[in-house]
Amino acid sequence: MLSFIARRLAIAIPTIFLVSVFVFFLQKLLPGDPALVLAGEERDPETLAFIREKYHLNEPILTQYFYWVSGMLQGDFGISLRTNQPVLELIGEKLPVTIQLAVMAMIIAMIIGIPAGILSAVRKGTAVDYTANIIALSGLSIPNFWLGIMLIMLVSVHLGWLPASGYESPFVDPVRSLETMIMPAFVLGTALAATLMRHTRSAMLGVLKTDYVRTARAKGLQEKVVVLKHAFRNALLPIVTLSALLFGELLAGAVLTEQIFTIPGFGKLIVDAVFTRDYAVVQGVVMCTAVGFILMNLVADVLYFLLNPRMRTAL
Amino acid sequence: MRNSLLAALLLSVSSLIAPAMAADLRIGLQEDPDVLDPDQSRTFVGRIVYASLCDKLVDITPDLEIIPQLATGWSWSNDGLTLTMDLRDDATFHDGTPFDAEAVKANIDRSQNLPESRRKSEVKNIESVEVTGPHQVQFKLKGPDATLLAQFADRSGMMLSPTAAAAAGVDLGAKPICSGPFKFVERVAQDRIVLEKFSDYWNADSINFDKVTFLPIPDTTVRLANLRSGDLDMLERLAATDAASVKEDGSLQYEEAVSLGYQGITINVGNGDRANNPIGQDAKIREAFSLSLDRDAINQVVFEGAFAPGNQPYPPTSPWYDKDHPVPARDVDKAKALLKEAGYDSLDVEVQVANNPVQTQLMQVVQSMAAEAGFNVKLKSMEFASLLSDQSAGNYQASQIGWSGRVDPDGNIHQFVTCEGGINDSKYCNPEIDALLDAARTSTDLEIRKEKYDAARDILNADMPLIYLYHVTWIWALSDKLEGFTPYPDGMIRLENVKFK
Repeated sequence: MLSFIARRLAIAIPTIFLVSVFVFFLQKLLPGDPALVLAGEERDPETLAFIREKYHLNEPILTQYFYWVSGMLQGDFGISLRTNQPVLELIGEKLPVTIQLAVMAMIIAMIIGIPAGILSAVRKGTAVDYTANIIALSGLSIPNFWLGIMLIMLVSVHLGWLPASGYESPFVDPVRSLETMIMPAFVLGTALAATLMRHTRSAMLGVLKTDYVRTARAKGLQEKVVVLKHAFRNALLPIVTLSALLFGELLAGAVLTEQIFTIPGFGKLIVDAVFTRDYAVVQGVVMCTAVGFILMNLVADVLYFLLNPRMRTAL
Repeated sequence: MRNSLLAALLLSVSSLIAPAMAADLRIGLQEDPDVLDPDQSRTFVGRIVYASLCDKLVDITPDLEIIPQLATGWSWSNDGLTLTMDLRDDATFHDGTPFDAEAVKANIDRSQNLPESRRKSEVKNIESVEVTGPHQVQFKLKGPDATLLAQFADRSGMMLSPTAAAAAGVDLGAKPICSGPFKFVERVAQDRIVLEKFSDYWNADSINFDKVTFLPIPDTTVRLANLRSGDLDMLERLAATDAASVKEDGSLQYEEAVSLGYQGITINVGNGDRANNPIGQDAKIREAFSLSLDRDAINQVVFEGAFAPGNQPYPPTSPWYDKDHPVPARDVDKAKALLKEAGYDSLDVEVQVANNPVQTQLMQVVQSMAAEAGFNVKLKSMEFASLLSDQSAGNYQASQIGWSGRVDPDGNIHQFVTCEGGINDSKYCNPEIDALLDAARTSTDLEIRKEKYDAARDILNADMPLIYLYHVTWIWALSDKLEGFTPYPDGMIRLENVKFK
């Protein structure tokens, strides 16, 4: 067991190292002098010199890399070049916002996608099935930014039901938090609902053909019970797996939605940092994400090892 | 349990109603400001927040006259080397520290000596600050400097609490303590900056809001949607393309002011090897290029007529504009003739341009206009940071770029065209221009200054290292519930006397 974890760690460490090299040197490949951007419009030579010295921009690139890595090893991810806020603090502030958005979007996707999938599987080849398919395809094809702007125009400007953009923490004002998040979550969720609907439909179609469903029907059970209790439960497995995968995608997909609805989340943090050449934030965010992924993988591997006896003998 | 739930519900309902009673103002900004420390910050948008947060030694009128703010009056010594300033005795910083002469001294010291200060070049001419009374200071200068008062009307003149500045040092931006009409409450990066009314403000009677929230909403469409839905009370930098729809909307107000800055094309005339090409070497060709452009049409096509066509570093509405050189009408025949005179029927010119939709569209219009005079313009679309880098290194022929503008005319011209100018990327150098512009910045006599700038314009119009195109107009959109807003050419939002009807 311990040796297994040790071996996994031995792989994780060089991976993290490689990611850090990749993140750092890729940024350095970008054209443009960050000091020029940071010095402000006047580009005062004294200020330029100070910035170059403070951020070690004059030193050899390997030395710069060393400064960055040794800082991180001590838990210092640097400070935002733009706002002077510590990068870790920024990440801690923004990540929960995006997770809230992703969870709400996931719930909306499930509420729409799963029943629609079941319905179109049960009523395969009927008008219901075609309608559900058309709606699903539209959900997949309509770009997020377009749907977002249209919803803002309709729901906020014309009807005045919901705030057009912004964010409030659920711990400060739960009602307002829900109000600000429902539209972006809907935009993000509808695209996923389509994927979810298609997968639910095919999983259900597969299950509905099985012997035990026929048996259940033969027993004279109500169709509702057959579908929901016998068929759907068995179709759930691939749906749950897919949902878990989609959730990861949601965190990434939130970037665009956060831009439209001005939600101060993880996606907006990194996009704004790239545009304002806030290198410390870009590097910190990418690094944290990478380390997070690697750690999650490690945990998953360990769990797998604990849950699946065959893994142990395979060692 | 049920009772407490009910109570919580009632509470949340009442909290929904309550804010409507207090006068809370919500302002939409185009970007999230950078660090909120006047000595360290460098963005335009940050200055909009400061206008409510930090008082300055002096302020400006919409006509760019310098007027008192924290200073009540000032006088220059005859040699122009000493500026004596009398200060308010009724102003207090947000932390209770009184505002006095010592505070001014400490602030100038911070602007000059904080390693992170971005203000150094603005106050470098100050030799020392002497406290000549509890509420009087004398600035001793290294040389006469007519631009100093204008600097004091901006970030260099913003006064920070010396107590707070000493305690927080370089981290003051996390909780800035100034002496303006509103004090800092909180900031959530990329989301909001909240200020509340400072009850001890010396001019508190003119302030009509209890709270001001600045919300950065970069997307212009979404920013306007927020105003229309009532989530914002006003916004800055409305897109020119939305101007017409706001003017038509009875529930919104439209306000505008031509900015202090300019947009144009900088030509590389002496910055390294890439200046060695016809347009870099021959002023006639540059004049031909300028004549091939219809600045009015550019304004109509790209900016829906909302901006101001221009041909000088100051807009035609500025008192510093030289009326002897009006915005030239398009003259393709003359442009062709000039080009011919220089020995060309047609000429390739490469212009770099920032890769955003508006600037790209601008340059495409320029490209097609110049083509008619024989210029074969090749656009090099670049990300802004790279454009800036290449431009300062001299790796360009021509570059579409602008300047946000300064209150004092010196700030729009001296550093761009003097031989040693800090942002002279064109590397234009003419001792005559240096002499004229140096003289203009050292005289405190407005007439003498205007004379010098006009004389410099005669030369620069012939040499044309920069081809000016237009001046951005700041556009604000406000809910019709507001009244008393005055547009200023510096693009700031001053909340004195603004209120809900």
